[in-house]
Amino acid sequence: MGIDVLIAEDEPSILESLDFILRRAGWSIESVTDGEAVLERVRRAPPRVLVLDVMLPRRSGFDVLKQLRADVETRDLPVLILTAKGQQQDRRIAEELGADGFVTKPYSNAEVVGAVRQLLGEND
Amino acid sequence: MLSADFVIATSVAYVGLLFVLAYFGDRRAKANKRSWLNSPAVYTLSISVYCTSWTFYGAVGNAARSGLEFLTIYLGPTLVFVGWYFVLRRLVRISHLHRITSVADLLSSRFGKSSRLGVLVTCIAVIGIAPYIALQLKAVTSSIQAVAGASEFGRGSLTGIDDVGLALGVAAAMALFTILFGTRHVDAKEQHHGVVAAIAFEAVVKLAALVAVGVFVIYLGGGIEGIFSQAAEKGVVFDTSASFDSRWITTLVLSIAAIICLPRQFQVTVVENSNENHLRVAGWAFPAYMMLMSIFIIPIAVYGLTVMPDDANPDMFALTLPLSAGQNALALFAFIGGFSSATSMIILESIALSIMVSNHIMMPLVLKFGAAPQGGDGQGVSSVLLVARRFAIVLILSLGFFYFLFTRDSDALAPIGLISFTAIAQFLPALLAAIFWKDASLKAVTAAISVGFVIWAWSCFLPSLASVSPLVSTLLEEGPWGVLWLRPEAMFGLEGWDPLAHAAFWSLSINVLILTLGSLLTSPSALERIQATAFVDVFRRHGLPQRNFVPGSATANDLYFVAERVLGEKRAAALFEAAARERGVDPALLEPTPAFIGRLERELAGSIGASSAHVMLSKVVAGGDVSLEEMMQMADETQQVIEYSQQLEKTSAELRLTAHKLEEANAQLRELDSQKDEFLSQVSHEVRTPMTSIRSFSEILLEPAGLNEGQRQRFISTIHQESMRLTKLLDEILDLSALERGERTWQNEPVDAEDALNRAVSVCDALLRQRGMRVEFGERAHTTMVEGDADRLCQVFINLISNAVKYNDADQPVVHVSSSVRSGTYVVEVADNGPGIGKTERKLIFEKFWRGVSGAGDQGGAGLGLAISRQIIARMNGVLELVQGPLPGACFRVRLPVVGRES
Repeated sequence: MGIDVLIAEDEPSILESLDFILRRAGWSIESVTDGEAVLERVRRAPPRVLVLDVMLPRRSGFDVLKQLRADVETRDLPVLILTAKGQQQDRRIAEELGADGFVTKPYSNAEVVGAVRQLLGEND
Repeated sequence: MLSADFVIATSVAYVGLLFVLAYFGDRRAKANKRSWLNSPAVYTLSISVYCTSWTFYGAVGNAARSGLEFLTIYLGPTLVFVGWYFVLRRLVRISHLHRITSVADLLSSRFGKSSRLGVLVTCIAVIGIAPYIALQLKAVTSSIQAVAGASEFGRGSLTGIDDVGLALGVAAAMALFTILFGTRHVDAKEQHHGVVAAIAFEAVVKLAALVAVGVFVIYLGGGIEGIFSQAAEKGVVFDTSASFDSRWITTLVLSIAAIICLPRQFQVTVVENSNENHLRVAGWAFPAYMMLMSIFIIPIAVYGLTVMPDDANPDMFALTLPLSAGQNALALFAFIGGFSSATSMIILESIALSIMVSNHIMMPLVLKFGAAPQGGDGQGVSSVLLVARRFAIVLILSLGFFYFLFTRDSDALAPIGLISFTAIAQFLPALLAAIFWKDASLKAVTAAISVGFVIWAWSCFLPSLASVSPLVSTLLEEGPWGVLWLRPEAMFGLEGWDPLAHAAFWSLSINVLILTLGSLLTSPSALERIQATAFVDVFRRHGLPQRNFVPGSATANDLYFVAERVLGEKRAAALFEAAARERGVDPALLEPTPAFIGRLERELAGSIGASSAHVMLSKVVAGGDVSLEEMMQMADETQQVIEYSQQLEKTSAELRLTAHKLEEANAQLRELDSQKDEFLSQVSHEVRTPMTSIRSFSEILLEPAGLNEGQRQRFISTIHQESMRLTKLLDEILDLSALERGERTWQNEPVDAEDALNRAVSVCDALLRQRGMRVEFGERAHTTMVEGDADRLCQVFINLISNAVKYNDADQPVVHVSSSVRSGTYVVEVADNGPGIGKTERKLIFEKFWRGVSGAGDQGGAGLGLAISRQIIARMNGVLELVQGPLPGACFRVRLPVVGRES
């Protein structure tokens, strides 16, 4: 059975905080720390939502998103983009590549949880 | 003795012969341009008009009185002709190009087509030549008297006629002949082929006559040695003592001036020249002619002094020697020779002067008062010119006659000639400046010639009248109003000089001084500048810069009307038809282009002089509304417009350059700006990362429900760690920023580099052990002192070693450290067996915020380490670089100059 949220984040402490708040919200969580691992994990067993950091080693978040959108299997996977570069340009690129949500670091926990909940279709 | 009637009849018959020669010469020249008349031989012979009766008779007299002095009169011309290439060739070329008709025309044309200068030069020439004409009259009358013998005087046709009457008769006859010879038509180039032919014939006659007398004298005296031995027996000494004095130099200079500037010499040498190459022949042939003329002078003079009575006039030895020997035929031949010399000079001199008078004085007057007759025969101006010239000839001969009348008591011929030479020499500085010096200006030349002439009139001409005027002789003794330093023959206190040398010295030196200083102080007008370039650069340029006319209002009809009036119907028609044929149009439809108007001006200049032609055409072309001054102003304005547009061009070029520089600066600024944006963006990213953890965990801790104590402790310590990381990051950014600005937060001083390296290794020991790694040491240097800061150096080594540890993912990770001293440089290498650094990244590793792509996320650095390390080493005058190391991974090398001692 698939997991609810896959987190792709290379910064350990951020990964820990995301893991904590999303678990606390009641979802099943897995995490990877580089771009290649994201693609491999998603193809093996797609999660319900992918939380994707832009600055990933080996393959950037945008690159991963592009690959996912190009593949029929993963075309519709809901993706929440996280970025520490809070520029308009990153948001535009994310939208063009077909991201479903966009959150800028530093985020508020409620913002991330809300965005994931929306993508999971669990709006109250 | 010969009868006077017979002598006079012979003379008239001889002149008749000349007339026939001239007449057929003209016809022949017209029919065939390549006739023998147009040969270098005839050209050279015509130049020998320089040898007048002064030479024929006077040289003998001069030799008898003053020894070798007579030779200078030939030496000057010899120099000029041998050096024909320098002055004469230039004069001939310029005169042909500009249709120059006389010295006055040349100077007027060169100095801005000034009519005033033309008038000045003409007046001086006419006055200055009068003594010279008088000399010829005197020579002819004296020779008639000598050959006919005093006993014959007062008989036959000469009954009741004294020498004055005889001279008047000769002058009148000469005037008549000259008018018949020289003013039968007005020619474009003022070339008189017929007259030149007659002059050439006369040159042969006078040479033959003098040589005949010379040979006869030598035969009579028993050879040259015989003559001198007889002279010695009689106590006659040929005086050569006073030869090379100031007078000798003076006559040399004057004769140089004369052969160039005398109106008749300019006429035959320059104006009548039909082929520049004839100068090549004349260059040696004319000096040879003069040598032949002078070779018998000394024997005749010495023999004359020996055998003739003491009261005999030495000037007439050439006649009286044959007569006394009973050789009447030879005497008559000699007389004809002397007569030839005189007539050829008078005819040519008056023709040349009459051209100057008519072109520079009469013609401007006619133009000014618009009195040109509108004759239906189309010969209007032509006939006015001819009348003017005839009048001028009469005037010139009259002046000569009057001078003769005043000075007939003087015996010697030579001094009279030198008076004229001195007057004419005043033109020489101006003439040379005209063809060699572009800066010579009209004002300076006019002033120089005027002052030179005044000094000549005062110190040279006036004294020659002393014998007839007691007033003049008083003046010579006491000066004007008793002012001694103004005495004509001792000006400015210069006493004891020969009068001729004195006059020539003052007039010529002040002339040259005024010309030089005046030209340097005044600036020439536009037209003067144009002409100066055309004259001085005559061998450098082709074609004439004659673009002073603006075509427009003038029609071909107007121009034809002018041309017809000046040139006559036939030549005007021929000229216009030729132009029309060249353009391939009907003569009636000919458009007057500037080139055609320029050509027409040159043709007209040939008849009426350059300045008159210019004024005349200006009137027609500009419709009479635009004056010459306005023309010149237009030329100046055009020049200004050209200069202004050149300035504009220069300015716009400068603007383009400035705009280019601004563009470059702007591009640099944009580049710097985007670098700044990139930097801020990266700083923002690096700051946001720890901030994210801090915020997120803070929010978690703010809702403590469901957190156990372990989690709480862990989250708080993460917040603390990330805060420290943030602080370190900001410190690093500030540190790097300062280093990049070239600042140094430490003092460079000798420190032990080995010690710093050891400290760094021990600091990294914990990290190494954590990874299960060890340091392999290679070669190690001993204590080595470098300029720097121990802590900073240690910081660099820690950075390098920890990088080697952090990014090493090998199974058996190894860090290899070595140090050595090579030729004064301390070298440390830190190598690892990690993945190494790809080619593309080698350039980037020292950039800010660069992190190894394979590095795990837990490095905690912002990617500023290597950038800072490199700056620190640079501030210690060393180099940090990536090199090929001993292990498969990366190898960083630090090089620092060793200072002080090495222990």
